[in-house]
Amino acid sequence: MLKWFRGNSGQTTAEGGREARPRSKRHSTALKELNRNLAREENISILDLGATSAANISLFTGKGMKLCTEDLIAASGDPELQIKDPDGNPTYDLERFLKDNLAYELRSFDAVLFWDIADYLPEPLVKPVIERICSLMKPGGYLLAFFHTKDAGPDSPYSRYHITGDDALDVQPIARKGSGGYYKLLRVFNNRHIENLFRDFSSLKFFLARDNMREVLIVR
Amino acid sequence: METPKIVDRRSDMASIGKSVVIKGELSGSEDLYLDGEVEGSIVLNGNSLTVGPNGRVRAHIKAREVVVHGKVDGNILNAERVELRRSAAVLGDITSQRIMIEDGAYLKGSVDVQRDAKSASAGASGNSSQTSTAAK
Repeated sequence: MLKWFRGNSGQTTAEGGREARPRSKRHSTALKELNRNLAREENISILDLGATSAANISLFTGKGMKLCTEDLIAASGDPELQIKDPDGNPTYDLERFLKDNLAYELRSFDAVLFWDIADYLPEPLVKPVIERICSLMKPGGYLLAFFHTKDAGPDSPYSRYHITGDDALDVQPIARKGSGGYYKLLRVFNNRHIENLFRDFSSLKFFLARDNMREVLIVR
Repeated sequence: METPKIVDRRSDMASIGKSVVIKGELSGSEDLYLDGEVEGSIVLNGNSLTVGPNGRVRAHIKAREVVVHGKVDGNILNAERVELRRSAAVLGDITSQRIMIEDGAYLKGSVDVQRDAKSASAGASGNSSQTSTAAK
């Protein structure tokens, strides 16, 4: 944390200056259903785990909802999390990641915007992150997740999702800071994988989109 | 580092340059432009704070208006208006009557837009940009 303050960590810095590809638009049936369900609730608390979106912050706070935001993919790329085990093999500092991220001891959320983060998270983080998110959600809370299908191809870039309407998203690919390149898809989940990943949740509802994306609305 | 364009109001405000490091409580009753480092707390009740592109703040901030171009690690509390410019990186919670965040800004924390009748009439005056949020 102190290192971030001193500006030596390349990871959790602003991405001003990153080259950005143009935005594209997509419709999301799962988002529409999430919005419909949230409209019935009051005092909503939302956790957005995608790249910071001004549009999402404006939208939710404008509706009087409480919003927390943190960019899990940016945080997962911190080079200081790459450590070696006692045998000298490369490993990931999971303990430190979970200490610095998703740390909301006194909060629980009605909805989590997980977007397509599972497709880009380093492998050692996927299950622990889902477990931590589960522990942060209220019973009956909703998690919105997207998963690429294999037809999407490995070059599908990690993107920032801006909510622009009830079922409308602007999708903005974002580059890794400094590298000039884009995040690569690390894996493709099938339906069985997804069901296993979220087996501690009470229900999953799949929506197949036209753009090589599978949308899932998951209930805690 | 590319220096973002900043509306130059610095002649009207106190200024702390980029080579200055302050540890402790920073308080005052005038607007402040901060391009250096502060670790502790910042209290500018009724006045504005601008954290410049080289600014590094590790402190909770209480000010009427907060504009961030640099880095803040701490909460921004009870502001009337908060602006996070595209080069901003904020680790902390924000409570404000209005908030404006440019694309590219990084925020890790909660955002709580407080409703206030006075700000509602100001927000309706149309001076907020597309990405701003005004309490209504």
